Order: sequence, then C-alpha cells, then structure tokens
Amino acid sequence: MTDTIQATELTGAQALVESLERIGVDVVFGIPGGAILPAYDPLGQSKLVRHILVRHEQGAAHAAEGYAMVTGKVGVCIATSGPGATNLVTGLADAYMDSVPIVAITGQVNSTAIGTDAFQEADIRGITFPITKHSFLVTRAEDIPAAVKAAFHIAGTGRPGPVLVDISKDALASTAPFTWPSEVDLPGYRPNTTPHARQIRAAAAQIAQAQRPVLYIGGGVVKAQAFEDLAELVEITQIPVVTTLMARGAVPDSHPLALGMPGMHGTVAAVGALQRADLLIALGTRFDDRVTGKLDSFAPNAKIIHADIDPAEIGKNKPVDVPIVGDVKNVIRELNEVLRGADLPNHSAWTTYLTHLKAKYALDPEPTKDGLLSPEYCIKRLGELSGDAIYASGVGQHQMWSAHLLPFEKPGRWLNSGGAGTMGYCVPAAMGAQVGAPDQVVWGIDGDGCFQMTNQELVTCALNGIPVKIAVINNESLGMVRQWQTLFYGGRYSNTNLESRRVPDFPLLAEAMGAVGLRAETPEEVDEVITKALAINDRPVVVEFVVHKDAMVWPMVPAGTSNDDIMIARDLAPDWEDEIL
Amino acid sequence: MNAQETSLSNVAPGPRTWRTHTLSVLVENKPGVLARISGLFARRGFNIESLAVGPTERPELSRITLQVGVDSPDVLEQITKQLNKLIEVIKIIELEDASAVRREMVLIKLKADPATRSQIIEIVQLFRGKTVDVHADSLVVEATGSPDKLEALLEMLRPYGIRELVQSGLVAVGRGSKSLTDRATKGGRLYHH
Repeated sequence: MTDTIQATELTGAQALVESLERIGVDVVFGIPGGAILPAYDPLGQSKLVRHILVRHEQGAAHAAEGYAMVTGKVGVCIATSGPGATNLVTGLADAYMDSVPIVAITGQVNSTAIGTDAFQEADIRGITFPITKHSFLVTRAEDIPAAVKAAFHIAGTGRPGPVLVDISKDALASTAPFTWPSEVDLPGYRPNTTPHARQIRAAAAQIAQAQRPVLYIGGGVVKAQAFEDLAELVEITQIPVVTTLMARGAVPDSHPLALGMPGMHGTVAAVGALQRADLLIALGTRFDDRVTGKLDSFAPNAKIIHADIDPAEIGKNKPVDVPIVGDVKNVIRELNEVLRGADLPNHSAWTTYLTHLKAKYALDPEPTKDGLLSPEYCIKRLGELSGDAIYASGVGQHQMWSAHLLPFEKPGRWLNSGGAGTMGYCVPAAMGAQVGAPDQVVWGIDGDGCFQMTNQELVTCALNGIPVKIAVINNESLGMVRQWQTLFYGGRYSNTNLESRRVPDFPLLAEAMGAVGLRAETPEEVDEVITKALAINDRPVVVEFVVHKDAMVWPMVPAGTSNDDIMIARDLAPDWEDEIL
Repeated sequence: MNAQETSLSNVAPGPRTWRTHTLSVLVENKPGVLARISGLFARRGFNIESLAVGPTERPELSRITLQVGVDSPDVLEQITKQLNKLIEVIKIIELEDASAVRREMVLIKLKADPATRSQIIEIVQLFRGKTVDVHADSLVVEATGSPDKLEALLEMLRPYGIRELVQSGLVAVGRGSKSLTDRATKGGRLYHH
C-alpha cells in the first residue's frame, strides 16, 4: 500500500510540512499557538509554502475558501488547539454549506492529555463532525503523511468540502521515518463521477419533448468548471437559463437566454420560468429553500432532471423524474453528445415570453428621496467601472444587490456565502482570493454590519501586500434584518440600528489598519472614489458609500410562501401576462 | 449507492405509515465512527430504535446493526444516502424480515417466591430461555430471540413483576451463504458500495 520513498527520520512537524509541499500547497493562512507550535518551526523554514499570518482564525478559514474559489485548488488554514480551532468553526461550516474544498490543520494537546480538560483542549473533531466532509485525529508522527494526503484528496474530489486534520502536539514533536503513501486508502470513498448512459438518454428524451424547459444551474457547475460545456448545451438546446446565487456568472448575464437569479430575491423572469416550466434540468444544484420557496408549489408542472455528484442531494427536497449521479461536467458533456444534431423542439414562444418578462422587470436602481446615495446605484457603478474583477460579498442586502447588478460576464469570479449566510465572510474571503489571483482586481462588497465582524484582516492585507478593495455599503443598519422588520414586524426596528454613520469612521478605521480610506456621499463622488480605488494597487483600500437605509431588496418571495407570490415592490405583484403563452 | 440503480428517488408521496427497517452497516473499525453515525441521526432528525455494534470476522471492520423507524420510503432512502456519505462507511444493506435472522437478548430480573418460581421457570423454558441467577425473592432470566418472541415472553412474565429489564440492540444476519463482507470486498480489497 505505502512506499517508503524516503526512509528519513522526520519530526511529525517536518513530516506535515513535507506533506504539504509534496501536495503542492503554496499558501496557508493561520495563527500559531501552543499545541501547533512545533509545526511552525519547519513551516517558517519552508521555501515552498508561504504562511500568511492572519489576525483571527475565522479569517484564516474564509481566506482559505476565497483562495480555493479562485484557484480551484484546496485552500489551507492552520490554527492551534482549543480556541484557535473553535475560531475556525464558522469558516468550516461555511465551506461545508457551499461545498468549498479546504483543509484545516489544528494542533491538539498531547495525546496523553486528551480527555483531561487540559489547557486549550477542545474536541475540535467532535465539534466539527456535522460541518466537515471528514476529519482525522492524528496522535502518531508516522500517521501524519497519510492523513494529510487523504484529507486533500477528500476535500478536493467528489462533492468538495472542508476536511479537518487535528494533530496532537506529541505527534508533531516526536520522530518517525517519513513514508509518503503512493495512494490513498479510503475503501468507503469512491465518488461516482461518470453518469450512467441510460440516465443521460432518459434526460435527453425529456429534453426532446419539453415545451417549456429551463436550465436550473447551481454552484456545482462552478466547482466543476463546466462553463464551456454549459455554453454548448445552451447553444444546442436554446433552453433559457437561471443561475443560482452560487452559480452567478456560469452563463454570461448578457446572453439572451440568461434570466438571472431565481429564488427569494430572484428576478421575475427566473422565478416565473421555474414556476411555469414543464421541465427543469437541474445541474449541480440542491433545491435549496431559498430557491424553491414553499416546496409544494415549486415548479408545480415540471418534470425534473437532477444531476449532482452527491447522490444524497437527489430527491432530498423534491422528487425527481430523471436522477443522474456524476460530475456535472461529465453530465453536460454527455448530454451534449446525445443532443448535438438531435431533433429538438422549437420553444421560441416560451423564450420570447421569458425574455419579455426579463426586459419588463429589469432591475434598476431606484433614486432615493432623502439625498443619500442609492446602494444599488453604488454597486452597479462599481461593477461597471471595474469590469471583469473578482467580487466577494458579505451577507445581506448588499449581497443580493451584488448578485443582481454586478457584471456577471465571466465565470468563477463571484464569491459569497450562500448556504451558511456568514456575515463577515467578505473581507477575509477577498483576501484569500487576492492571494490566489494576485494579478487581478479583487473587490469585496460588504455591509457596515458585516465589515465590523472581520475587518481586522485588512491589517493582514496591509502587511502582506494584498491590495484588496473593500466597498462598505453603509446604510447604518443591519439592512436585511431591518427590511424584514419593515415588512413583517410593523416597522419596529429592534436592534438593527448600528449607528455606523457616527461610529466607526470607516475611512479612518481603514487608515489605522494601513489601508487607504475613502468615502462617497454623492453620485459624483461614487465614480471618483471607485476610480481612485482602482488606481491603488500597493495596499488595501476601503471605500465607504454612505447610502439610504430604507432601500429594500426586490423582488422578494416572503419566507415560507409560494414563488408564485413574488412581489416586485411592497404590495406589488408582477403582471405575468400568461395569455401570451 | 447509486441513485441511478434505484427507483427510490422517484417515490410518489404516498400515505405515511410508520415502519421499522433493519440496516446492516459495515464500517471501518476506527475511533469516532459510532459518534459520526449517531450524530448524523440526531442532526438530521432520523429515528434510531436500536443500535448494536461489534467486531466482524475481519479486524479492520465493524458491523453496526441499526433499527430505524421511518414514515416514508423517502426517509429511508435519505438515511442510507447520508450514511453512505460518511467516509468510514463501507457498505449498507437492508435486511428484510423474511431474508434475515434477527435476534435480541434480554436479561429480566423478576420477583419470585417459592410459590411462583417454578411457574416462571416453566414459562422461561417454553421460550428456551435460561435462569441465570436465583435468590430467595428474585430470579434473573436470560433469553434471546426475535423481537416478537421476546415481546411474547415479556407479556407472559409481566404479571409476576418485572423489577429490571435490560435489552440488547438487535443484531441480524442475512440468510444463505453470501456474506456482507464478501459483498463489500473484491479481490481481497474493500470495494465501495
């Protein structure tokens, strides 16, 4: 099973670093501490692995996610035992929900002390069982290489996800011959990447019959980097496309058949397409409640083809007519093989109907009445002036506006916390993305609430030459919560007023952390500060946009209701003009 | 576990009736496996009725026998799919009542005086149980069998006064010559699902 490539005695710590180097890890984000300290000695000597010293372990985990999202590689974060490890938990949960491949390496107390409530002891493996794809507890130096190799394999293959490797301090400190396994020994792990030919034919047969088909594209298409194959599928079939929050950019928004994002804050065209479809071709997506709304009335007339690498997602929320297990890239390729040159129906009435809805209910920033900036306008201008940048958002209203208004023309440039909805994701994820794509412009679009959760990583950016640009959309409140209070709690704004026009002073805060701080309060200043920010590439920039706090995200499907009840503004339903069909 | 090979994922939402299923789960014999499995059931709201875990004929493998209660086939399908996602789970099969031998064991402490002792022993013998401990005013009875048989035994003994009842989880094995371990291995190596 294993070949002793190198029968040298190494400490567990050296074996860990040697293993990371052999895997090809070039960057890790972390913070040292007692239990992990032995590992930091050889890590500090490594010529191949760059360690970026973050300011909080949550930042390390999100940075590993950001790095993974832009490079397609497995991101890595390191922390010590106890609180160091527990601070990773939010990032691990985030990566689990959004299927982001990361490996977290944590120090653990000496194996002899495990279970004694030793100083800085926490059962991090037990704590993270529900939010990791897998985890290892290693207590012997000789077991480190195989565990690390397996961890990277599990994180990056099949449905990607976070894997934790918890290593006791005595395992790091003791010595053993270094043995690099030639293959991973995981008898219970064989992801099925090749779709069944019979299921592909069944799917093609459904597509050939459908009158009102929709391609329902999820984040799996982004993870599989199946953009070209998807473009061909759209070309062959001329089927309209909706791209979920995790898949924005998988098809360019300028494509005539692209209907935008479905779901709770989806476009009228995307939501309407799913509700009226007779066939959903769901690819790498999981029928999340934020997409389906009330399940009973989701896509009520549609047959469903569902392709996913994770068999457990198929049929989990919605019964499926054609289940396909496989890597979505292979699935789309094989579908293309069968459909290319096939006799496919003309559904131009359907696409005309939908493109009409798309044009009629295009999302345009509304002017504000109180002289403050419109947040949608700021985000839209930022996208227009920055073009093909990489964008990472926080969670809330600014995230939804970003998902609608940024220029989604190229794939794989959109990072956000979709499943977990982690406020605080933006700044560290942008940092990780910038490290993974040093030659690209990376914008973080954050809210004033989110920004105050993890902005300490700007210090890391300033000191490590990571010139991220962060737009703080300051509506001085927890905007999305406030929106719900406006709509569902009678305008009683309990604890959503952050008063962040008074404190903190965001540009000053940015300057204190070694970043450039800018502020825009008028439409003229919006372009000016964005242009200024784009010209700075030697340090991080924070641009505060002081915006109107009563702006709301529309359209909206109220939680727990049917997608048919989508509203385009308060008390205003779209006119579906169904008679056109 | 390949959804293409089952039609389970296309089950029409039918009437919801509670049913117990027996799953035999072959897992790697590693620390934490049981915690992963019980944690999975807890957090996804699946219902475990009994669980028994022990070694197998191969030291690197353990076998977990689970009785799960579900109100629809969809839930059973989700349980097996989610279990299969655990890296250390090698193979899962459902053991149907007709095609498997299913056994539980009970230890029952009963009140027994000279007047009732012989009656109790007679009942226990009828069920091929054993009396394993005798005191002046008590008896401990050991019995193994299918859940139905043990339920019938308990029914008979209840009038005498059950002071303590300890019951094992169910263990089960498929009838016939095939073994789950063989089915999970190929050429001596473990083979996934």
